[in-house]
Amino acid sequence: MTTIASDNPFSAAEQHTLTAFAGAVIPASAEYGVPGADDAQIVADILATARPHYEAVRPGLGFQDTVAAAAYGVPFAELSEADRADFVERSNTEGGFDHIEWEFDPGAIAGQRTLISIILQCYYRDDRVMQSLEMEPRPPFPQGFEVEQGDWSLLEPVKQRGKIYRPA
Amino acid sequence: MTEPVDVLIVGAGASGAAVAWSLAETRMRIVCLEQGDWMNPAEYPSSGRDWESRAFSDMSISPNRRKRETDYPVNDANSPISVANFNAVGGSTILYAGHFPRFHPSDFRVKSLDGVADDWPIDYDMLEPFYAENDRMMGVSGLGGDPAYPPKQAILPPLPLGKSGATIARGFNKMGWHWWPSDTAIATAEYDGRDRCINLGACSSGCAQGAKASTDITYWPHAVRAGVEVRTRCRVREITVNADGMASGVVYYDRDGVEQFQAAQVVIVACNGVGTPRLLLNSQSGAFPNGLANSSGLVGKNLMFHPYASIQGIFDEPLDGYRGPGVCIWSQEFYETDQDRGFVRGYTYEINRGRGPVATAATGMFSGRIPWGAGHHERYRELFNRIAGMVGICEDLPEEHNTVTLDPELTDGHGIPAPKIDYTLSENSRRMLDHAVARATEVLEAAGAVDVITEAPIGVGGWHLMGTARMGTDPERSVVNEWGRAHDVKNLFIVDGSIFVTSAGVNPTRTIQALALYVADSMKRRLANLFD
Ligand SMILES: Cc1cc2nc3c(=O)[nH]c(=O)nc-3n(C[C@H](O)[C@H](O)[C@H](O)COP(=O)(O)OP(=O)(O)OC[C@H]3O[C@@H](n4cnc5c(N)ncnc54)[C@H](O)[C@@H]3O)c2cc1C
Ligand code: SF4
Repeated sequence: MTTIASDNPFSAAEQHTLTAFAGAVIPASAEYGVPGADDAQIVADILATARPHYEAVRPGLGFQDTVAAAAYGVPFAELSEADRADFVERSNTEGGFDHIEWEFDPGAIAGQRTLISIILQCYYRDDRVMQSLEMEPRPPFPQGFEVEQGDWSLLEPVKQRGKIYRPA
Repeated sequence: MTEPVDVLIVGAGASGAAVAWSLAETRMRIVCLEQGDWMNPAEYPSSGRDWESRAFSDMSISPNRRKRETDYPVNDANSPISVANFNAVGGSTILYAGHFPRFHPSDFRVKSLDGVADDWPIDYDMLEPFYAENDRMMGVSGLGGDPAYPPKQAILPPLPLGKSGATIARGFNKMGWHWWPSDTAIATAEYDGRDRCINLGACSSGCAQGAKASTDITYWPHAVRAGVEVRTRCRVREITVNADGMASGVVYYDRDGVEQFQAAQVVIVACNGVGTPRLLLNSQSGAFPNGLANSSGLVGKNLMFHPYASIQGIFDEPLDGYRGPGVCIWSQEFYETDQDRGFVRGYTYEINRGRGPVATAATGMFSGRIPWGAGHHERYRELFNRIAGMVGICEDLPEEHNTVTLDPELTDGHGIPAPKIDYTLSENSRRMLDHAVARATEVLEAAGAVDVITEAPIGVGGWHLMGTARMGTDPERSVVNEWGRAHDVKNLFIVDGSIFVTSAGVNPTRTIQALALYVADSMKRRLANLFD
């Protein structure tokens, strides 16, 4: 999960957009004591994870810029705080950007989905985030987890009903 | 050319392993060619922090996404359901969930009982001893006494109900509907050198603990000790025939990419419901211009998937969340045909849990339930550890227009044509999916769900591959006879899900393996006159 700057295909501008976008989708929260997805460590993880998927992700990043330019006249990373909040609000609302002209591009939509998926993959394995969810920051193996047996007496009514298969 | 062998098996997955182990006692010289590697469980995703991510990359269920050297691409653009598999020693059992139901007796007689498709040439009672033998080899966990089945023995205790299972069981009880602890190929206690399940929740990207019965750790160690040779990284291009129309061996590419010929007295194909028709169709010769064993024209036809419905509830209270194997309990309330429901045949519900933090976020965001921005965290926490639900596994009926053919352009790394899938969802399946979604929603609401997320069919859910070289007594209507031998080629056998006549409404692997053991047994009984 480390990034080697030299083999990172993302341009500086793309990294800038990606960081701003990650922070817009998942901002930091003092209430829950968690960083945003634009935290430097998490962004480094996102860039490293996205590297093999660069061609798929790039149109997703470009899409944010296209929409931001059409709606607010600037690229995504340069949105004011108020415009960014408005962008997020509209993204959460069906038809939120119906007031602007933008071309439906399935590649861009798929790219955005891949990008969000990678942001989630990296955000929800960060130690600080896992701890805030009361998870131990560790892989599942080798310790595993406990699952309670549960109440087996729940089976009684099923047993009482008797055989339900069809004779052949 | 290498030394001729008595038996050559192509494919080391669920069925290849079972047939190899069973035939090993004959002391024949047996070789299995497998295009994949032996897996190293220490490298499975659950031993790393990026375990959920790897399900999107090198351990994806989709060969087209995984793109390992050992994979072959599948053109499934013309299908609403895409193919899922794994190519290695253990085959797709490396990734399978280990849900392990048997067929019902009625599943072998669908034409007689319901007037659709065809009856099988064999029945439940004939297969029962092989189910039992396979259960011992795989180490099946469960609870005896399920009223949806004739009596069957459980080898190991059932998986825990947990909070998720108990909650949903209450929902089924409120509806007055059947449920039972699932039979699973997951060891709940130490068994045959395997450790017990420790609830990692990552079964579908490989079990690092060795609790899940993938055949690389069940059948294969026994078969190898008994003398079977497994040659990995060997991809078979075609099965060759001699002047008498008998299979003479196979042409394959070895791990260095060098073309080899392996002569054999008997060839057994175990490449699954997509890999097997692909290989047969690619084995063209003067005697078999349309592909080997294809005089019926049915090789690659009647592909069945099991359309899946996913119905997940969001609950107010914390459940098992990321803990536990996905599989848990099942319900077969809607399994047997009831014409009043508007469709024939039926389905099984398989109750799931074990949704990790990333999967929770993806489920919530892509279904529009978790927003972008400041509201993300609060809403996420309303879903985290609070999702549990089920999938409906619908019986898919055989239809000749659902096919596996050779793609005219796409090839694998060795230039072998890739399989192309053409599949449409039938009206019967559509109605069954709708029914499964509606009834499961009722159960989840009865169990206390405050919201329900559904998807039907599951687009990535082509994990059961069946019917493309069907079994039967009539050579014009089937590819293999009632004990797995090709009608057209007397020393060619098929043992994987291709030979299914119908799909039933349950996961197929326990039946695939029971059939492989039954075919092996049929061969052993006839060794003196196998080719008559
Ligand atoms: C994600 C997932 C979840 C699943 N969950 C369940 C479940 O819970 N319960 C259940 O019953 N089933 C489940 N299944 C399905 C189950 O894995 C299969 O039914 C079973 O493995 C099929 O056995 P098989 O022997 O027919 O084929 P496979 O196990 O797929 O093995 C075929 C083998 O043949 C090899 N092969 C193919 N072509 C060639 C060639 N030309 N040359 C050399 N080697 C070749 C492949 O590499 C592969 O190893 C699941 C599958 C997946 C992918
Ligand atoms: S939950 Fe159990 S079977 Fe599944 S991966 Fe973990 S230990 Fe293996």
